[in-house]
Amino acid sequence: MSTRSLAGRGAITRRRFVAGTGLWGAALAASGGRAFACPPASGQPDPTPGTRFDLAIGPVPVNVTGARMRAVGVNGSTPAPILRWRQGDTVELNVTNRLREPSSIHWHGIRTPAGMDGVPGLSFGGIAPGETFTYRFRLHQSGTYWYHSHSGFQEQTGLYGGLIIDPKDGYAQRFDREYVMLLSDWTDVDPEDIVSNLKFQSDYYNFRQRTVGTFLRDARRQGLAETIRDRLQWGAMNMAPTDILDVSGIIYTYLINGQSPAANWTGLFRPGEIVRLRFINGSSMTLFDVRIPGLKMTVVQADGNDVEPVPVDEFRIGPAETYDVIVEPAADGPYTVFAQAEDRTGYARGTLATRPGLTGPVPPMDPRPLRTMTDMGMGSMTGGRMAGMDRPAPPADPQGGTPAGVKDMPMGGMDMPAALPSPGTTPRPGVEVQSVAMMPIDRLAEPGAGLENNGRRVLTYADLRATIPGADPRPPSREIILHLTGNMERFIWGFDGRKFSEAEPIRLTLGERVRFVLINDTMMEHPIHLHGLWSELENGQGEYRPYKHTIIVKPGERLSYLVTADEPGLWAYHCHLLYHMEVGMFRTVVVA
Amino acid sequence: MIRRCAGGAVLAAMLAGLVPVPGHAQSGGMNPGGNTQVMRMGPGPAATPVAYVNGMPPVMDHNTYLHALLDEFEARNGVDGGQFRYDGQAWFGTDYDKLWLKSEGTVGTNGRFGDGDHEILYDRAISRYFDVQGGTRLDIDNGPTRAWGAVGVEGLALYFFDLEATAYFSDRGAAGRLQGSYDVLLTNRLILQPQVELNLYSASDRARRTGRGLSDIDTGLRLRYEWHRKFAPYIGVTYSGTFDQAASMARARGERVHDVNFTFGIRTWF
Repeated sequence: MSTRSLAGRGAITRRRFVAGTGLWGAALAASGGRAFACPPASGQPDPTPGTRFDLAIGPVPVNVTGARMRAVGVNGSTPAPILRWRQGDTVELNVTNRLREPSSIHWHGIRTPAGMDGVPGLSFGGIAPGETFTYRFRLHQSGTYWYHSHSGFQEQTGLYGGLIIDPKDGYAQRFDREYVMLLSDWTDVDPEDIVSNLKFQSDYYNFRQRTVGTFLRDARRQGLAETIRDRLQWGAMNMAPTDILDVSGIIYTYLINGQSPAANWTGLFRPGEIVRLRFINGSSMTLFDVRIPGLKMTVVQADGNDVEPVPVDEFRIGPAETYDVIVEPAADGPYTVFAQAEDRTGYARGTLATRPGLTGPVPPMDPRPLRTMTDMGMGSMTGGRMAGMDRPAPPADPQGGTPAGVKDMPMGGMDMPAALPSPGTTPRPGVEVQSVAMMPIDRLAEPGAGLENNGRRVLTYADLRATIPGADPRPPSREIILHLTGNMERFIWGFDGRKFSEAEPIRLTLGERVRFVLINDTMMEHPIHLHGLWSELENGQGEYRPYKHTIIVKPGERLSYLVTADEPGLWAYHCHLLYHMEVGMFRTVVVA
Repeated sequence: MIRRCAGGAVLAAMLAGLVPVPGHAQSGGMNPGGNTQVMRMGPGPAATPVAYVNGMPPVMDHNTYLHALLDEFEARNGVDGGQFRYDGQAWFGTDYDKLWLKSEGTVGTNGRFGDGDHEILYDRAISRYFDVQGGTRLDIDNGPTRAWGAVGVEGLALYFFDLEATAYFSDRGAAGRLQGSYDVLLTNRLILQPQVELNLYSASDRARRTGRGLSDIDTGLRLRYEWHRKFAPYIGVTYSGTFDQAASMARARGERVHDVNFTFGIRTWF
């Protein structure tokens, strides 16, 4: 298989210098169908929507880090070409597989008939080498989306691209210029090696564990007894508060539109213009915190659906999520687009400028977050539960001290009147369940680990308010409660303590209205993606709840969303952290 | 399975008297099968089997992995000359079921291969951090060969202690082995590892130089530098000693009972 060409590139040196230009292979015009006038690396979509596209999946030579590697792309390019469609049209996509292994394309967030969803085994049999599969479906929706492979680890190796569907009635916000801002994480290491390494040693890519040095420093700051107590608390769980992201900047180079920080993707503008930036997180394992110092961003769309405009300084975007923001740069800039990984081991960077070649100042990365007892499902210190309530935010620590939230937190039996109780189906600790959230809480109004009290206005899920009321006013007829579970030590992830292969599908009756309740028993965020059906997040906005396709569930959090099962078939339902999905954090949802 | 944590203080506190930790006892047994996963508020659809297209599962979460760890591969230098010692493990299998191999041995100054212990085990994950293992131990070296049945546990005790405890049975009696180690992170790459191995026997075996009771201890303090996660050179001090009847036998042979060595080697895995 072509991705095997990445094997043997696994050497991790202490520090990697970004030596390559990061420029991807330019998009070659597609044969037949449509020509793509603008290479995806520019971030500039073709201004006119199309209905018929010929897409050829194949190997693409790239050089991101200074090493020549072989990625997987479409029409000679990775990221894959930006596709532009129009709401109401029927599109036809002839996808040819020129790899030596099976492939597929999944249209992420697009409501298609089940057979067009592109998940091998569920929607269809995949696309065999040399074969062409024709996708054809009508577009009922509009917005910013993306597409990617659903076969093996091809998404990590480059098979992803941006997707825009223009609304047939025009945009709610006027804009003069638009860019796709496709964030991703590139590595020269073979994904098979990554998962194997994580199975052997789950902190393989974490070189920020607490050490004797941080112990001494914390002891000096907080006292010896306090520091020992903190270390014993975590040691008693065999867990580390430094577990933020499983795969880090030690092997990842973070990209905007396929370009490394050194290559500095640049988008041009004229002062006074209204610019729409379509952020897409096409990474495999990275949550990004995005800001543009000097520019206010107005969030106008989430996961393809318009929301009431929210002016923010920063937002977190999980793998597979999309946000459209409007910026109005009045001055020349240049402005740096800064997207740091949640674990602060690296960042993607680009520039908005009035002419090519300019660079703005690159801010230092924020202090890295540490997990807290709230993340461990021990509730919050105030026992808060309602969205919008003020919460104590554990301050991030520069190099690994004790977050404030931990120290006054006994291990259990706290007086926590307002926290929601776990239901009776709570999984028990075992091979696949390292911990269980005893006091999961509502965290929708929190910006997320590492973003608290940073002096910036950070978007939260509670801010998202749809511009139109939900389409289905019926109350749910039942609840489906699922625990997000895992064992970091063994690198096993699943739902309710079971991997995909050990579990029954989730069954929905065609037309029924259900509530999914997710309880995150693990100490990591999981972006949960339901294919084919909308996930209407219950975030306190009543009938104006936002429609999403991917929802981040924070550690120790309990949240819920409503689903109308209006499209029959087999649908994938999974964590969009690629390596979590591939080791079992996946369910089949059957709508029949 | 390999996990490290920091803090000499944690180690100190553990040694000071095993701090009780509420609510975090090891769970015995594997994941129970009977949990209701879907709480229904109303009637759900009937369960018809799901047929995957071409029988193809959408994710491969039941893969097998192959790893080998050479934990000790070292030269030991003491007043009596040098020794070479290795201690390694390899495993192949899924999250739950693995074939597990262990091997260790020492080549002395005189070129004699001793302490050769080779095990072939079936390994089953049973709790969050522990696996049970059962199989065969073969003592194969320059001494007479012995065969044992083996059953034990291996995993991560609380506070990130790596632990192996194995019991052996044969027509010559029973034996036990306890191994433990702990990683103290001086930095994220410079790691101090105290390690100990104890061997106990119910009966002496003069030909294999093992004695009834606590027969021998092999312990070390190694400082490794993880230049690469999978390749770490180290230096250290090791102590090996024989006790009880084994010590008497050693004295009778005119050998040292306690031996302290300066050690250097590499730890490597794939």
